[in-house]
Amino acid sequence: MFKLEARAQPSRLLMVGSPVIALLITVLVGSLLFVALGKNPVDGLRMFFYEPIKNVYSLTELTIKATPLVLIALGLAVCFRANLWNIGAEGQFVLGAICGGWVAMQATPDTGRWIVAAVLVAGMLGGMAWAGIVALLRDRFNASEILVSLMLVYVAEMLLSYLVYGPWKDPQGYNFPQTITFLDPARIPKIVSGFRMNIGVYIALAAVVAFTIFLSRTYAGFQLQVGGLAPAAARYAGFSSRRALWTGLLISGGMAGLAGALDAAGPQGQLTPFVPMGYGFAAIIVAFVGRLNPVGIVFSALLMSMFYIGGELAQSRLGLPKALTGVFQGLLLFCLLACDTFIHQRLRWVSK
Amino acid sequence: MSVFTPDSLALLLAATLNAGTVLGLAAMGLLINERSGVVNLGAEGLMLVAAIAGFATGVNTGSDTLAFLAGAAAGALLAAVFGVLVIWLNTNQYATGLALSLFGAGLSAFAGIRYTQEKLPERPNFAIPYLSDIPFVGPALFKQHPLVYLAIAFTAALAWFLYRSRAGLILRAVGESPESAHALGYPVRRIRLMAVMGGGALCGLAGAYLSVVYTPLWVEGMVAGKGWIALALTTFATWRPVRVLLGAYLFGGVTMLQFQLQGQGIQIPSQLLTMLPYLATIVVLVLISRNPTWIRVNMPASLGKPFHPGS
Amino acid sequence: MTRPLTKRSLLKAAGWASIAATAALVGCGKKDEAAPDAASAASTPEATASAAAAPAAPLNIAFAYVGPVGDAGWTYAHDQGRLAVEKEFGDKVKTSFVEKVPEGPDAERVLRDMVGQGNKLIFGTTFGYMEPMLKVAADHKDVKFEHGTGYKTAENMRTYDSRTYEGAYMAGVIAGGMTKSNTLGVVGSIPIPEVIRNINAFTLGAQSVNPKVKTKVVWINNWFDPPKETEGAQSLLNQGADVLFQNTDSSAVLQTAEKAGKYAFGWDSDMSKFGPKAHLGSAIINWAPYYIKATKDALAGTWTTGGVWWGVKEGAIDLVSVSDAVPADLKAKVDTIKAGLKDGSFVIWKGPIVGQDGKEVLAKDAVADDKFLGGINFYVKGVDGAVPSSK
Repeated sequence: MFKLEARAQPSRLLMVGSPVIALLITVLVGSLLFVALGKNPVDGLRMFFYEPIKNVYSLTELTIKATPLVLIALGLAVCFRANLWNIGAEGQFVLGAICGGWVAMQATPDTGRWIVAAVLVAGMLGGMAWAGIVALLRDRFNASEILVSLMLVYVAEMLLSYLVYGPWKDPQGYNFPQTITFLDPARIPKIVSGFRMNIGVYIALAAVVAFTIFLSRTYAGFQLQVGGLAPAAARYAGFSSRRALWTGLLISGGMAGLAGALDAAGPQGQLTPFVPMGYGFAAIIVAFVGRLNPVGIVFSALLMSMFYIGGELAQSRLGLPKALTGVFQGLLLFCLLACDTFIHQRLRWVSK
Repeated sequence: MSVFTPDSLALLLAATLNAGTVLGLAAMGLLINERSGVVNLGAEGLMLVAAIAGFATGVNTGSDTLAFLAGAAAGALLAAVFGVLVIWLNTNQYATGLALSLFGAGLSAFAGIRYTQEKLPERPNFAIPYLSDIPFVGPALFKQHPLVYLAIAFTAALAWFLYRSRAGLILRAVGESPESAHALGYPVRRIRLMAVMGGGALCGLAGAYLSVVYTPLWVEGMVAGKGWIALALTTFATWRPVRVLLGAYLFGGVTMLQFQLQGQGIQIPSQLLTMLPYLATIVVLVLISRNPTWIRVNMPASLGKPFHPGS
Repeated sequence: MTRPLTKRSLLKAAGWASIAATAALVGCGKKDEAAPDAASAASTPEATASAAAAPAAPLNIAFAYVGPVGDAGWTYAHDQGRLAVEKEFGDKVKTSFVEKVPEGPDAERVLRDMVGQGNKLIFGTTFGYMEPMLKVAADHKDVKFEHGTGYKTAENMRTYDSRTYEGAYMAGVIAGGMTKSNTLGVVGSIPIPEVIRNINAFTLGAQSVNPKVKTKVVWINNWFDPPKETEGAQSLLNQGADVLFQNTDSSAVLQTAEKAGKYAFGWDSDMSKFGPKAHLGSAIINWAPYYIKATKDALAGTWTTGGVWWGVKEGAIDLVSVSDAVPADLKAKVDTIKAGLKDGSFVIWKGPIVGQDGKEVLAKDAVADDKFLGGINFYVKGVDGAVPSSK
């Protein structure tokens, strides 16, 4: 029978190859699904893997979808490496949108462009505050961060709903639940006119570099990782788990909040009940598929965005159900997790 | 103010029992999982797949019982996949559970496409003869679907199993210290797999109840977060079956109460009322977790940690 | 979950990624405004070429839906309209749709893709598509956009809506006649003017045959959430309502009433099969007449901007499948009202109409205009509770 045993050294081949294998398996199953639905698998695969990247316009749309995922996933990667499970990034995203949105609403037509920076900072602070609640409850009362952060997602959504239906409703809006459309000075500047892509892309790239440096070159980043990998050793070395807790949660909350503010003042342009777009949850998958590594996260965010957009296109062009996106994303993660185990372990045939 | 007339109170109680059963069954499934040391964040996905499996079976066979069985089976099957990954391949429990949630949501939406316009055959209204005619208590407690009573009976059975049977003791031992259990010769991984599958079957039953009895419809995403709430409930209730059921009823009750208050024209914005159950959960979590000794005594010690035999 | 990648390889990869990204950005900086049109032209050279060369090529029409086609409610009704267009125009049109398009920025991408696919007439079937549609319309003046239930227009974008309150009123008449407890219940979706208007119309209709009725309202804060709709409906029943009405999109309310042996109505589409004993009638929306007209306009080149609000008169609203449990005289009353709405002799919103506080909102014999109806945020007398977050 087969037995799993630890390898002496992690397999370098599989470290690089496992995501590729996982993707191939997903593609294979996907093709089978397309055939089962009576569509040409090549067409189907084209929707998911070619159409979203085939021209400049598509690429810019891809970045709009991928930017919030990258930002949030970077923060989550820090958290997860420290063994802190922040499931509530969605709620922190919403708070970022609320706080950033509030600053944006203060703009008048004459406000200078500096207000964009204020919007983003406000968003970050909002997300940090919301994650701070989670950190506080875990620090003082030992409450599970998974559950508290998750419950706070619902609270955040209800808070947003209350604000846009009530105090923040646009008085010219025929009583529909939405705020005013943010005035131009407060909107996130686009990079090239004609495309929706905005400076969020630059911010995301800068963040990737910053996080890479933080995680692999700074002492604080090192402490965080050791704390997650070997808590006993970390304690022995004097690394504060409390500091890791606050750092991890505040950073991930801040990043999620930043993404929320970027989204609200960027493509959305106002606050509506539809601000929560599920990025907070999708980013968890992005973080894992990206192996909690900043550069890997960029690629996995692009891949996930391709799945999203591909799903839309598959429906409008081929009449395939949109639910395929979720199936692919989940399948990819499953396969990746399974393949990853073989990096540190290998299968051996042991005869009884 | 007709909120608190005996009639409407009785009806509120009845609705609470109904609403709480879904949460309770799912939470108990998760309890079994967690007692063996495994955290299953994929409850939401399990419930969704079971809901469509149950609904489809109900539409095609007309039998409720078969529908429940189908739901439980679907839950157990998906949980088995999760179990193999997490127990034998030692993948990260949290990530794998999340993947299961996502996958289950997509798979159920996909499978359910042709069932959105379907309806289930009429079913009779359930009522226990004689008992249901007692004023107040009758309509409150005795007019429920059989599964509601089964859930209560099951809670008692589970409590007995965990605390008074040998098998339950072994399960708890595996959850507390898999290394010791392994040293004693127990097949830790097989036990965990059974726990995961059993828990998955219960989550599946809860999902099937949702789509076959509670709201006899299929709609994508109809579980609407109940899987996550069930996860919270398990911790909220410190992993004890009776408390889980009571917590489920509490949660269900607050949800129904919120609608009642709305109907009375209470001036609190409905969104704030909707927040109540979640805030309540946080408060209780804080109160429970405050005492680290208490948590240590109550929470299965190996929860979330992978087990390597021979390590 | 951590991998011992070397710092050097990481930094190298990050460096390459940044360079690649910057190169791409610089590259697209050169392409500028020409790009979106080039993109759409590049993706469908055949469609544009054929549209120019062969006038007999079918008109491509696209629909953006907010829900799933199978929801048996709002989106289902729209899709039925689309199918009617296909049936009516045959080879002259080619329709397609994308369902479950979220309201907000994602919609913009879907709409642009529809344009890129060569669609010349695009329907957006929910309020939340308004801003995205405006942006896309501004960039593509040769495409006609139709926005349902919104209020902003442009040279190539117009709005359309249906007078759902007429269906609500007729349902109310039946409800008022059938209730024994004189308490009616409404499961509300989202507290926007349209829904509040419908609650009021329902109540007014009921009061016209039974002045003693009261209406209770619960809000589920969503268009479509069967378990919550069930809970809301159950709660209304618990509070003494024996006839239920809804502005939500599933059959859950009707099914709850069926189980409890009470009455309810269908909404958006014919829901009679979901609750044979409970079903009193379905207030449906028939989008076919408008969709056919819009298509005709586009085909004939007579499309102009504006906004329409159609009701029973134009065949867009109806109360169908009225149950046999409804007594004949009540049925006849509804038929009279229907005929009156068709020829314009019957007006629902005619004073005196009194608000909850007892003050008149519409004087005797005054007729409300569309502007008044469009911004309703008060309840008429007889409705319990306060309008959520009204300021």
